[in-house]
Amino acid sequence: MTDTVAGAGAPATFGARGYPAALEWIARRAEAVVIPLAALVVGMALFSLFILAVGKSPVQLYETMWRGGFGSWFSIQNSLSRAAPLLLAALCVALPARLGLVVIGGEGAIVLGGVAAAAIGVALSGAPSFIVILAMGVAGMAAGGIWIGAVGALRHYRAVNETISSLLMAYIAIALMNQLVEGPLRDPASLNKPSTEPLADIYRIDNMPGMEVHWGLAVGVLACVLSWVLIEKTRWGFAARIAGGNVRAAQVQGLAVGSLIVGFTGLAGAFAGLAGMLEVAAVQGSANASLAAGYGYTGILVAFLARHNPLAIIPVAFLLGGIDASGGLIQRRMDLPDATVLVLQGLLFIVILFSETFYGRFKAFNPDLWRRST
Amino acid sequence: MDATEIGLWGVPLAILGGAIRVSTPFIFVSLGEAITERSGRINLGLEGTLVFGAMTAYAVAVMTGSPWLGLTAAAFAGLCFGLFHGWICKFRGVNDIAIGIALMLFGSGLAFFFGKPFIQPSAPDLPAIPFGAWSDIPQVQAALDVNVLFLIGAALAVFLWWAFRNTRAGLILRVVGDSSDAARAMGLNPDTVRLIATGVGGALAGIGGAYLSLYYPGSWTEGISSGQGLMAVALVIFARWNPLGCFAAALLFGGAGALGPALQSVGVTQGYYLFYAAPYILTLIIMIATSSPSRSLAGAPGELSITK
Repeated sequence: MTDTVAGAGAPATFGARGYPAALEWIARRAEAVVIPLAALVVGMALFSLFILAVGKSPVQLYETMWRGGFGSWFSIQNSLSRAAPLLLAALCVALPARLGLVVIGGEGAIVLGGVAAAAIGVALSGAPSFIVILAMGVAGMAAGGIWIGAVGALRHYRAVNETISSLLMAYIAIALMNQLVEGPLRDPASLNKPSTEPLADIYRIDNMPGMEVHWGLAVGVLACVLSWVLIEKTRWGFAARIAGGNVRAAQVQGLAVGSLIVGFTGLAGAFAGLAGMLEVAAVQGSANASLAAGYGYTGILVAFLARHNPLAIIPVAFLLGGIDASGGLIQRRMDLPDATVLVLQGLLFIVILFSETFYGRFKAFNPDLWRRST
Repeated sequence: MDATEIGLWGVPLAILGGAIRVSTPFIFVSLGEAITERSGRINLGLEGTLVFGAMTAYAVAVMTGSPWLGLTAAAFAGLCFGLFHGWICKFRGVNDIAIGIALMLFGSGLAFFFGKPFIQPSAPDLPAIPFGAWSDIPQVQAALDVNVLFLIGAALAVFLWWAFRNTRAGLILRVVGDSSDAARAMGLNPDTVRLIATGVGGALAGIGGAYLSLYYPGSWTEGISSGQGLMAVALVIFARWNPLGCFAAALLFGGAGALGPALQSVGVTQGYYLFYAAPYILTLIIMIATSSPSRSLAGAPGELSITK
């Protein structure tokens, strides 16, 4: 088969170089799967060395991790429950990343979303449950959206670096939560652990049918799918990618870069705020210091591991939720500190970022460089 | 004169003393970050380096009985973290800001991992010089008890300010930070210069961490640093990469950090958590006030990604 024939509407089963089109299609996409997976394996191998160096058995560690996170229906449900907030927290990083922004303060939006939801839930007590739950969701999303949207606005209108400002605002948000929970919103009955008044049972979010995982997981997966559609299939997503590549070029094209940035960061914050609302309505039952459990920070890792692709966030969140879930078992069974999981996460993060340097370096993933198959 | 008699005067006095005490880690981290950023890279991982330095210093001081050995170990650990950041960032496609975030998590995780057995025992403190000995008011004495590291930090700020403009090393650093191409044309290897600059920056952050665990607050806990390493990065931008500005800004931040405890000491407990957030709010306000969308920052190194 020659080039001219291929160019003039030959069967699409062969590419321009004579290889099956399906093979080229797979090769082009394999890079985005093979490199992160290889990085994951290398990261886990390095962590094995670390575990060996502190005198424990890596085999036992990974076996314990498997048992604690993925080995039984019980542990899978536990991992899925932890994955739910991670999905939303990762979106808080992945959506702004489309615009070239590195937002790492999702923890603040989670915390404030949780407090806002708890406050609304208590204030509206007596109203029908679906209205209250809806209002809590809206309040959580609004609080988180305003918080991270402000980061985007500061970035665009004042050129304030979004990475630093979002993390500073996370600290401010936690202080604000402590102030509210110990002051005006405090339930006098909560002595040791200052909390807001507990939500009535009818305002709590249930588990999904047939499993011990609350509906937040479905909400998180839905949010990821919708975000993927937004990014890949709408003109806003397309515009955001242009603006992320080159702000000047986007402005010359007449794109409203300011609205894009505030809109994307606002939506990102709204998702994180929703994660806080779900923690309150489905897990804690009230807002307290447990809201700052670090989901916002693990979410950063999830987003980078998924290379900011909302669909890839779903499996990665499950993976990291499982690693998180196995932390307790590792601590008990192997007498290792609970920070073991943090070390693994940090190591994986570094290796994943390092793996960025390998994209575009392998001929196998780039059919344009293949030799002709004549 | 006893404590109650000086009344509200205790607040500014406590803020002054607090500014001196709280600012020292800021001084070291921000001077280290100023060196790194002058070379054209940003290391957000200094927060993790600070925490790991605090743990290392405490652990070594507990085991050897010498705070100075602890300090040296912390500086060495910080150097390793900095060199690692500097090395890994030279690869194409590796983002210095993202690596910084990863090192922040990794450094803290590693510190918590190894620091677990050292939460209980107590380590010897770094020595302080009682400049307030002339006074018989205990608050004045407390405020003027100045740690040697504060003085070293102040001297270092002046030295760096001088060295940036008057030494060969300072000029090389600035050339590399302003234009990799110009540096290469001069026969310099920007990656090597940045590697050294990030390493030195890490070592200084490690010393800042040692101060935290060995003097103030003076013990090792997992919550020992609450974003000081990160605020120091913002502070460097505010100080326009000028070491003397870093020193002044660090004092300002230290004062803001001491506001909450100072007010609490005279009985103002309302809004404690909000006063606790004062340094973060101050940092944010300063960043908003000093940034501008229409012009680049005066004095910014040309190669620095955070100001582009």
